[in-house]
Formats: sequence, structure tokens, C-alpha cells
Amino acid sequence: MAKPSLARKVDHKLLLNAYRKMLELRLFELKVQELYRNARLPGFVHLYVGEEAVAVGVCMNLIDKDLVFSTHRGHGHALAKGVPADVVLAELWGKVTGSSGGRGGSMHMYAPEWGFMGTNGIVGAPIPLATGGALSAKLRQNGQVVVSFFGEGAVNSGSFHEAVNMGTVWDLPVVYVCENNLYATEMAFSRATKNTSVARRAESYGLPGVEVDGQDVLAVHRVAKTAIDRARAGGGPTLIECKTYRYVGHHEGDPGTDYRTREEVQHWKEQDPLKRARKSLIESAVADEGKLQAVDQEVERLIDQAVEFAEKSPEPSPDSIDEHVF
Amino acid sequence: MSEQGRTITYTDAGVEALREEMRRDESIVYIGQGIGPRGGNFRQTRGLWKEFGDHRLRDTGICELGATGVAIGAAMAGTRTIVDEVFLDFALEAITQIIQQAANISYMSNGKIKAPVLIRGAMGSVRSAGAHHSHTFYNWFANTPGLKVVLPATPYDVKGLFKTALREPGPVVFIEHKSLYNTKGIVPEEEYLIPLGDAHTVREGQDLTIIAMSRMVDLAVKAADLLAEQGISAEVIDPRSIVPLDRKKITNSIKKTGRLMVIDESPSYCSFAAELLAIAVEDCFDDMHVNPKRICSLPVPNPFSPVLENRMIPSVDRIVNEVHLMMNK
Repeated sequence: MAKPSLARKVDHKLLLNAYRKMLELRLFELKVQELYRNARLPGFVHLYVGEEAVAVGVCMNLIDKDLVFSTHRGHGHALAKGVPADVVLAELWGKVTGSSGGRGGSMHMYAPEWGFMGTNGIVGAPIPLATGGALSAKLRQNGQVVVSFFGEGAVNSGSFHEAVNMGTVWDLPVVYVCENNLYATEMAFSRATKNTSVARRAESYGLPGVEVDGQDVLAVHRVAKTAIDRARAGGGPTLIECKTYRYVGHHEGDPGTDYRTREEVQHWKEQDPLKRARKSLIESAVADEGKLQAVDQEVERLIDQAVEFAEKSPEPSPDSIDEHVF
Repeated sequence: MSEQGRTITYTDAGVEALREEMRRDESIVYIGQGIGPRGGNFRQTRGLWKEFGDHRLRDTGICELGATGVAIGAAMAGTRTIVDEVFLDFALEAITQIIQQAANISYMSNGKIKAPVLIRGAMGSVRSAGAHHSHTFYNWFANTPGLKVVLPATPYDVKGLFKTALREPGPVVFIEHKSLYNTKGIVPEEEYLIPLGDAHTVREGQDLTIIAMSRMVDLAVKAADLLAEQGISAEVIDPRSIVPLDRKKITNSIKKTGRLMVIDESPSYCSFAAELLAIAVEDCFDDMHVNPKRICSLPVPNPFSPVLENRMIPSVDRIVNEVHLMMNK
């Protein structure tokens, strides 16, 4: 009987860490939303609000040297891989202290120091890039695993097809993680394709496909762990479909209500990954309200410090315009 | 150029460069279609698979988009790659990866991520290959900040430029010409590298400067031979790489001769030839005796009919005639 209780104990410690990280992603994005709406941030942002359990559940299994290739909705992936919040926010602010020194912005932020190989402005494009990262890892035998995040909007692209096919035939150490939030901008997945199971597409390429509740961080963690362990052991790639939802519009400025009902949004908010994690932590007596409030305040401080850091950071020098082109 | 060496083909010069560089740098991986046991559609990887095996010569299915993205991603992660599009035309299947990802990555990452990938493809008209297999759109790549663009014209240049391109920190688009693969030239036994951005004065002259790239160099030299018999001394310059460009050698020659004729296998509109004329106007306006002139392919899709194809691309006769018109002004 000792074994199951030990397993539960580990899960709870994990859940508390997951809760803290998910809260960081949530509060970070809500702060970005506020700053953006107040015209403090330039450019365009796509927020990750609602999908936190996916990035956190997957990335908790990764080690420093592992690589993540992300998407246009990628702030959460960067934070989950360990890029500090102040470095991410400074990039969104176009500051010299940002991960790309202000040359990238939301959709082009790179932090290889933390194994973060970039958000990306082109849907589908990072899937071949991640597959290439995994080819490099395999050839160098350096033990790296690569995670390729993409939305369900990417799976109807040729990039997905060609990359997953190559990654599978070459048994590369890559995990393909589809964040199925049901809408590609405004296009419902069921209007874009007949086969709405991404996981089932795996069969046609010859790799394992798994579907998981993307609002349950421990479930995501479990499935990702199996896939990442398998990849690291040389077993090749896995395709994971995480059923998730964004509470916000496609980009900040899109109300997200023209193509979705309020009832649907509400339905998903009731399955909020943070609420579920919080409830589970209290019910299992791992943490009480007081302890969780302390966690909340700690994360709020982290975000406040990131704002202060980014705001005070200098702009790049105009004379640096042509640095790093080649 | 060294006069010492063996006479080998343009194709074999490339194979030699690859073999030497793949021996020197064990991280180099070659990705493409039919480049393994088959040795390449143009025999451009002949014999390499035997030495380097499946691991480093990776045949793919017909998936230029995926294969090019994989090559770029591997390069971003620290593995030097070559992706062979075989026909440059097929790079269009992968153009988003080349332009959006490879070319931008150094800048977007503030120089923290480099993509040492060589994108190889053969361009140009050859024996009625038709509209889908004859494009020469190197100017598109040159218009994209972050890409270097190399166009060797001889076996000597193929080898020396290939070796340099395989030591560059970022992406290089290496464009050979299909009609040149079987041409021969002297290639030294000993190792040599040709820097990018170093134009080659193929032939010295006094009366006008002819600038030509890739297969057009051969036409320019043949035209210069005929013109010499007619008492006109033409200087022929091959830029060899158009990014970076040896602007100095080009403008010095124009200032010396006072006349510029550009031969370009691409259509003239928004072309590299247009760029050279702009450079001449910007830097050499007061030194030129006559307006600069360009001879380009006609602005039509590559026709199949040999008669039409010959009409489309620049010819020695056309160059000689245009030079006479220029000299008589």
C-alpha cells in the first residue's frame, strides 16, 4: 500500500509547482493584456489565457538542455521553459533587455540560453524547424529532446504533414504537441477538416497518437512524460493532442465572440486548469487557502517586478539597426 | 587563378569541395532527394554516400518544404546542413522557410541563433526543360536581408566558393547552372578558398565593362573574343557572389572604361541587372560616356520550343550587336 500513497505525494508536490507556474503564465498574460489595452506595448499579441496547463504540464518534464519550438501564441511556452518573465516582457516592450534585444517582439522571441528556440509568426513553420532540431540532437547524440508546440490550425498545413512524416521515419527525439483550442483564428476545426481527431492522424504516419484533457495539468504531465521519456530513449516521436481553449480572442483586439457563443466560453472557463489545481490542492490538504494566497502574492510580485524591469529598460540604439543581419 | 591543376567538370569540382569539407567538419549533414546512393540527379553528390553513409547523406521523400525546414532547424540547433533542392525551381516549395525563417533568424534572435545552412539548387535554361525547370530568380534571394547568394561560373569557382560557403555562419543560397555541370576547367590539387564578395576579372579590357554571372560569363567571354577581332577591348567581370557584392571592383572598372553592359539570364524588370545599372548611375555617372545598358532574358515564361528558348535568353550575337550600338554612340 505504500506505493500508491507515495505516488500521490509526488503528484501533489508536482501539482503545487504546476499551480505556481500556471499562475505565472496567467498573471503574465493578463498584465500584457492590460498594458496592451493601455497602448503601452507596440505590435500585436496573441494571449495564452486558458491554455496554461498544456505548456506547464509538458515543460515540467523537460531539462535545461531540451529545446522548445513555439508558435505565435508563445509567451506561455517561453515562461514554462524557464525564460524569466522580465526578459519576455522586456521583449514585448521592444527593449534592449528583451530576449531578442527588441528585434523580435511577441512572435519572434528567441532565448536559446533557456532552450527556447522561438515563438513564430508563421503557422506550421516551426514544426519542420523542431524536427530539424531533433535531427541535430540525434546526430550529436547529446540526449536532447525537442518539443514542437502548434495549434490545431497548423495540422491542415503541408508543414505539419511533411515534418511529422520525416520525424517519424527517422525516429527523431521530438514530441509533437497540438494545442487544440478548437479555432484557427475564427475558423472552427470542424469546418476546416472532416477528421477532427488530431491524435488519430498519428496512425497514418506510424507514430503513437494520444489525446488528453488539456485543462488537467497532471494529465498533460503524465502523457508528456511518457512521450518525452520515449523520445529520450531513442523510441522516436509521439503526437499529443491537448484539448484546450483560449478564453480571449485570437489576438488582443479580437473580442472572440463573433464565432463562439458565450455559453461555450463559459463552459470552458468552468474547467479552468488553475481552479481545478487549486481545488485539488485544498481538497488533498497539500495546501490551505493561506498557503495558496502566499503563492499568489509571490507570483504577483514576480509580475510586478517584470513590469518595473521592462519599463525601466532602455530602448535599442537606432544606430544598432543593421547589427546581426548575417 | 592557378594554372596548375587537373581539368575536371563543374559537377566534380562541387563533389570535391563537399568531400573535403565533410571530412574536415564532421557536423555537416546533406539533405535532399536522390543525393544518397543515386549520387544526385546531376551527379552532384556522386561517391559521397559510399564514404559518409546514410547518417550524413539523408535522402528524403518529395517534400522540399519539410526537408528545408528540417535543415534550417538542425542548423539553428548547431548542426551545419546542406539542403539540396536539386532544381532551384523546387526551392519555391520551401520559400517560406528560406525567407521567413533562415534569412531572419540571426536578426530576430539578436544574433544569438545562427542558421549555418547551405541551400543548393541548379538554375537556368537547359535543353528545353520548359517553364517549371528553368527559372533564374536569384535576384529574389538577393533582395532578402540575411541571405548570401553565390553563383559560380567555372569549376574553379565552384570549388573555392563552395568551401567558403560551408564555413559561413549563416544561410547561403548556392546556385549552380544546369548547363554548366558538364563544362570543364582547371582546378588545383591543393586546397584553396575564394572569399565571398570578391569579383573575378575574367578578362581585362579598356573600352567597355561587361558584367555577367553564371552561364552568362561564358557568353560574355565569347562575345569579347569576337569584339577583340573587331578592335573593341571589353573587360569582363564576374561578381561570383551577388550578396555580398564586390561593388568596388565593379565601379573601378566602369570608371576605367566609361561604358557598362550587363548580361543577365533573368528578366530585366527589378533584376540584378537593374541593381548594377543603379550602382553605375549612383557611383560612376560622371565617368560614363554613354548610358549603361543591360541584356536580359525576355520577360516570358521559359518556352519549350528550342527556337523560342534561344530567342528568349541572351546570345553572343545579341551581345556583340548591342556593344557595337553602344560604341557607335
